[in-house]
Amino acid sequence: MSGRRQIRWHIAVFLAPAVLVYTAIMIVPLFGTLNLSLFNQTPERTKEFVGLSNFRTLFGDPRWSGAFWNALGNNAWFFVVHMLVQNPIGILLAALLSSPRLRMAAFYRTAIFIPTILSFVIVGFVWKLILSPIWGIAPGMLDVVGLKSLFAPWLGKEDYALTALALVSVWQFVGIPMMLIYAALLTIPDEVLEAAEMDGITGMSQFWKIKLPLILPSVGIISILTFVGNFNAFDLIYVAQGALAGPDFSTDILGTFLYRTFFGFQLQLGDPHMGATIATAMFGIILIGVCIYLFGIQTRLRRYQF
Amino acid sequence: MAQARISAGQSIAAHAVLITYTLIALFPVFVILINSFKSRKAIFAEPLALPTRDTFDLIGYTTVLKQGDFFGYFQNSMIVTVASLFFVLIFGAMAAFALSEYRFRGNLLTGLYLALGIMIPIRLGTVAILELMVASGLVNTLMALILVYTAQGLPLAVFILSEFMKQVSDDLKNAGRVDGLSEYTIFFRLVLPLVRPAMATVAVFTMIPIWNDLWFPLILAPAESVKTITLGSQVFIGQFVTNWNAVLAALSLAILPVLVLYLIFSRQLIRGITAGAVK
Repeated sequence: MSGRRQIRWHIAVFLAPAVLVYTAIMIVPLFGTLNLSLFNQTPERTKEFVGLSNFRTLFGDPRWSGAFWNALGNNAWFFVVHMLVQNPIGILLAALLSSPRLRMAAFYRTAIFIPTILSFVIVGFVWKLILSPIWGIAPGMLDVVGLKSLFAPWLGKEDYALTALALVSVWQFVGIPMMLIYAALLTIPDEVLEAAEMDGITGMSQFWKIKLPLILPSVGIISILTFVGNFNAFDLIYVAQGALAGPDFSTDILGTFLYRTFFGFQLQLGDPHMGATIATAMFGIILIGVCIYLFGIQTRLRRYQF
Repeated sequence: MAQARISAGQSIAAHAVLITYTLIALFPVFVILINSFKSRKAIFAEPLALPTRDTFDLIGYTTVLKQGDFFGYFQNSMIVTVASLFFVLIFGAMAAFALSEYRFRGNLLTGLYLALGIMIPIRLGTVAILELMVASGLVNTLMALILVYTAQGLPLAVFILSEFMKQVSDDLKNAGRVDGLSEYTIFFRLVLPLVRPAMATVAVFTMIPIWNDLWFPLILAPAESVKTITLGSQVFIGQFVTNWNAVLAALSLAILPVLVLYLIFSRQLIRGITAGAVK
C-alpha cells in the first residue's frame, strides 16, 4: 500500500447528487421557512424583521390563537383516534396473519392493504358518497341490522365530523401498522415460541406475554410514524370538507390551517409570514414529539437479540 | 409441530375476523366500481346490486372522457412518478453505496443528515419551496414536482438501501477490484443487480405517496397542462358533485391504474418488507 492517501473522488461522486438535491430542495427551504416566520410585511411591501412577534400573535392574539388552538386540539384528537383504533386493529390483524399455516394469508394481506394505496381524493369522495344521506348506502345498511335510528349525516355534524374523518383515515392506513408488525412477528424465532409452549404458554397469553414484549420497538416506530403523519395531515380533510374544514371549523387541523393562512381562502387574504409562522410551530410540535419518543421512550424499550 | 396445536375453533375465529376486515376494506371500492356501470336510476334504486342487462350504462364514463383531459392528467402523473422514482432510486442507491462501502471522515454525520428527512416532512418547507420555484421560473412545470418528490423520497431510500448494501459480500467486490474494475463499474455491474429486491420495496414506498399527492400539485403546478391525475380528479369531481354517474366513473378511472400496479407489485412488496425476517 502506498503511504499517501489519495483523495477518493468516487465517494464524492456517489454522494453528491443525493446530498445536493436533498439540501437544495428540503433543508434550505426548511430553514427558509423558519427564517420567514421572523419577518413581516410592511405597508410599503418590504420585509421587516420582527423577531418573535409573529409567534406572539399566533399564540396570543385572539383572532389567531382561537383558530390555532382549535386546530391543534382537533389534530390531537385525530392522533388519539389513530392510536386507539388504527394501531390496535393493525396489531390484531398482523397477529392473526402471522399464525402458522393460515390459509389465504396472502389474499388477506393484499386485500387489507388496498385502501392504503388509494389517493386521498378517492378515499375522501368514496366515503362522502357512502355516508351521504342522499344516496343512502349507510342508512340502508343500518336498516338491515335494525339500527337505522342511529344514522346521522356524520360528516355534516360538528360533534361527529372530525371523529368520522379520523376513522376514514384509520380505514385507509391500517395496512401500514399491519405490514410492519407482521414483519416484526415473523422475526421471532421458532425456538422462543416453542420454549413458551413447553411452559404451557399458548394462544392469547403467548401473544401478551411473549410476542408483544418482543415487538414493542416496532410498536414504538409505528406510533412515531403515526404522530408525524397525523400532524402533517391535510389532504383528506381538504378533499372531504374543503379548505374551510367545515362544519364551522370543527375538522380544522394544522395542515388545513396552514394552507388557508398561507394561500388565503375566499375572504381571507394569504399571508406568507403568518403561514411560515404556523409551519414553524408545526415543525416545533413534530420535533418535540420525536424527541419525546427518541429520549423518553425508545431508550427505555428493551431490545432482544436472537 | 407448532401447527398441530392450533385448534379448528381458533382457526375459524381467525378467518372470521380477517374476512370481516377484508370486507370492510374492500366494500367501499366495490360499491363505487359496480355503481359506475349503472344507470342513474339504478344507482339510487338499488345501490348494492350488481349491474344487470337492464341497468348497465356507460353514460358516466362517456361524460368523464369527454369533459376532462384524463389522458393528459394520466400522462403527467406517469412522467412525474417515473422520473422521480428513477432519480430517487439512482441517487439514493449511489449515496447508500458510498455510506455503506467506504470509511471516510463524516460518514456517520452524512448518514444522520440524510436520515433527518425521514422525521421532518418536506411540506413544512412549502413556503420557501414555492419562493424558490418562483425565483427559478419552475412554477407550473413538471420539473418542479419531480425535484420536490426526489428530495422527499431520498432519505428513506438511502436509509433502507444502505442496510441492504451492507449485506452484499465483500469478497465479491474485492474480487472485482482485483480484476481491475473501477468503483463505478463495481457499483453499477455488481452491487446494483444484487439489491434489486430492496430497490423494488423502495420503489413501491416512494411511488404511492408521489402518485397520490395533492399538496404539491395544488401549490406548485395547478395549471391545466401540468395537472396530475390526483389533482385533476379532485377538481373534476368537485365540479360534478350532482352528476353521480360521472363522479362514480371518474373515481373508478382513478382507482384502476393504482390497483393494477399494486397487484403487479404486491408480491415484491411483501417480499421486500419481510426480507431479513426470513428464518
